[in-house]
Amino acid sequence: MNNLGITFVATALMLALFFFLVRYDRHRAVTAQVGFFRRNGALVGTYLVLGVGIWMLFTFIMPMVFMVDLSFHHKLPPSKVGGPEDVYTLDNYRMFLFGSTTSTDSLNWLHLRSFFMTIFISILITLVTFAIAYPLAYYMAQVARMQVLRLLLLLLVIPYWVNDILRAFAFRIVMAENGFLNQFLQGIGLTHGPIDFLGQNIALYVALCYSHLLLMTFPLYNAIEAQDHNQIEAARDLGAPWWHIHLFVVMPHAKPGIASGMTLCFMLTAGAVATPMVLGGPNSLWFTPIVYDRFYQLFDWPQGAAYAIVLLLACIAFVFGVLKLTGLKLGEITK
Amino acid sequence: MTSAIELEKVRITFGTFTAVHETDLQIRDGEFFSFLGPSGCGKTTLLRTISGFVQPSSGHVRIGGADMAGIGPNKRPTALIFQNLALFPMMSVAENVAYGLRVRGVGKSEREARALKLLDQVALSPHAHKKVSALSGGQKQRVAIARALAVEPKVLLLDEPLSALDLKLRQHMRRELREIQQRVGITFIYITHDQGEALNMSDRIAVMNAGRIEQVGHGREIYANPQSAFVASFVGESNVIPGRVAAVGNGLAHVETPLGRLAGRVGLGPDGSAPIALSAGDEAQLFVRPEQIRLVAPDQPRPACGFGARLRDLSFEGSMTHLELDAGLGMPCNASFMTSNAGALPEIGTDLALQFDPLDAIVLRQEGRAA
Ligand SMILES: Nc1ncnc2c1ncn2[C@@H]1O[C@H](COP(=O)(O)OP(=O)(O)OP(=O)(O)O)[C@@H](O)[C@H]1O
Ligand SMILES: [Mg+2]
Repeated sequence: MNNLGITFVATALMLALFFFLVRYDRHRAVTAQVGFFRRNGALVGTYLVLGVGIWMLFTFIMPMVFMVDLSFHHKLPPSKVGGPEDVYTLDNYRMFLFGSTTSTDSLNWLHLRSFFMTIFISILITLVTFAIAYPLAYYMAQVARMQVLRLLLLLLVIPYWVNDILRAFAFRIVMAENGFLNQFLQGIGLTHGPIDFLGQNIALYVALCYSHLLLMTFPLYNAIEAQDHNQIEAARDLGAPWWHIHLFVVMPHAKPGIASGMTLCFMLTAGAVATPMVLGGPNSLWFTPIVYDRFYQLFDWPQGAAYAIVLLLACIAFVFGVLKLTGLKLGEITK
Repeated sequence: MTSAIELEKVRITFGTFTAVHETDLQIRDGEFFSFLGPSGCGKTTLLRTISGFVQPSSGHVRIGGADMAGIGPNKRPTALIFQNLALFPMMSVAENVAYGLRVRGVGKSEREARALKLLDQVALSPHAHKKVSALSGGQKQRVAIARALAVEPKVLLLDEPLSALDLKLRQHMRRELREIQQRVGITFIYITHDQGEALNMSDRIAVMNAGRIEQVGHGREIYANPQSAFVASFVGESNVIPGRVAAVGNGLAHVETPLGRLAGRVGLGPDGSAPIALSAGDEAQLFVRPEQIRLVAPDQPRPACGFGARLRDLSFEGSMTHLELDAGLGMPCNASFMTSNAGALPEIGTDLALQFDPLDAIVLRQEGRAA
């Protein structure tokens, strides 16, 4: 069978799985639901299913399936694709774990370390972003007056009109060894020599944190805003100190927003490409540039696909981890 | 008796708007005290000041003798029941009730036991582990009460807690609240704009209007001796008949009105004991309640304190029959009777003779023209 055939069959299987999951979900649901077609009418229902289905098929499922398929192949010149040498292989994943067949190391430490550091630091950045976004979101949702709120929202959104690359280079300039920040810190006498923000990856982490602040703040804001302010006052009236109110009244209520903000922030941080490429120090080993290199330095697309899929799996694992921790269902964090 | 709450010259402003004008008030220990007043008169504001969410712009709030200035709501011996209850939806019924104990560091098993005991007192122990959203309105109400009582407050503050319930349940909960108050023996401060509720449950009532307390006293006292036109019309209904005092004597004031010469008791002054000083020639208002006006049978002579009016409308409401009369005052005059099946009702459009006992009417000085 050729690649294309496999792609289609696999796509069909994915779709079947999807509908099976949907049905399975329905069966588990406690509340009886009106049938989808009954509710929307047969024509609109068909249109929705076909429209969403085709959109999902071409923009999401097919490319993904194609990449998964690719990751199990060898890198071959176009003339040999589909030929007798085009066989399934685990070599690309083997490469990630153990390195090339010529290497003497038992494990591919370089890539593994980069991968786990990326995951670990992404988790840290997500937590730091949450720590910054939560008070902001709480203030906007429960305390701020209308005018202040509008201003804050504007201030939060405007920086996102600037694209990623430009922002990354701007950070580079500000945080360079003789950049504004260092001069300022020395000027007020806080530091004596310049701090190597770039080499130590500080600039990278700050930029990643900053770029995903909004994505964390909005879901949090939405969730906190939905809480009746009287509940917060009731907790206070019952004697709760402020930290207790946040921990046991506001956060449990905002759980879906927290989960959704965290997963968004984590995925985009772990998957960021431009920022680590521009701001990563010489010893930065963010995982995405390694993936990028598979594609555009080595021109080994199957290997690149395998690496990207490993990253994707880590992200999925993170989502499920968050769901497990918060006790939410997948559908609830998109509320 | 000691006072549970003392307001001394308390004034509350929001920006340039004065929500509560300078107020002095003492609420006694163990009292069921109600604030009664129309929407927007400042009841909630006053309650939030007692609970600590609002700081008075001037004056002092004392609870159990201690000045509460600078003491936050979480440190005051009060518990507030919110107008919309504000239960915690992510917690079970028992967890809601135990929240205040949890804050105080009471261990899990003990606070659970105490929550269950409290739930038992409000007949909710079978629902202890349900979600709050699975309860009915009356049950939620009782959870809110149990949650507030769990922290053993000295004063329980209730902000129109029954307004969301239907009539039957409201009447039931009135009795229940009163029972709970007598059982736990703490001060209840109750806010309502429903005079029936206030009269029915309270030891004392403060009638509020536009940021001022107009009168404080027992329900009967307020009903029988309103000290202002507002109280006379807001607590129960009153017909207002303007006029000029012709003579004062024996506690009665005779007033020359458009309906003829009528009489009523001279109203009491702000201290509630001595009658106000009225003298002949003062502009005054005579207040008489619809249920205190009686029909004079056509064959009887016209009584001393009586007037004539044309029947404009008649409405039947079960036990009571209401008459809307045109006495030539420019506004309708109302009278109500116990419905009697004996005897025919008067026809609409006929002229009737009416009377009332001067002891049932009150004469107050015309407001805004105080001497
Ligand atoms: N935080 C605030 N800022 C500005 N004005 C306020 C504030 N809180 C209350 N007010 C005003 O104070 C007045 C009294 O309000 P309050 O809520 O005490 O009325 P209420 O007697 O409880 O009325 P209701 O029966 O409708 O609950 C109102 O005119 C209200 O608009
Ligand atoms: Mg109110």
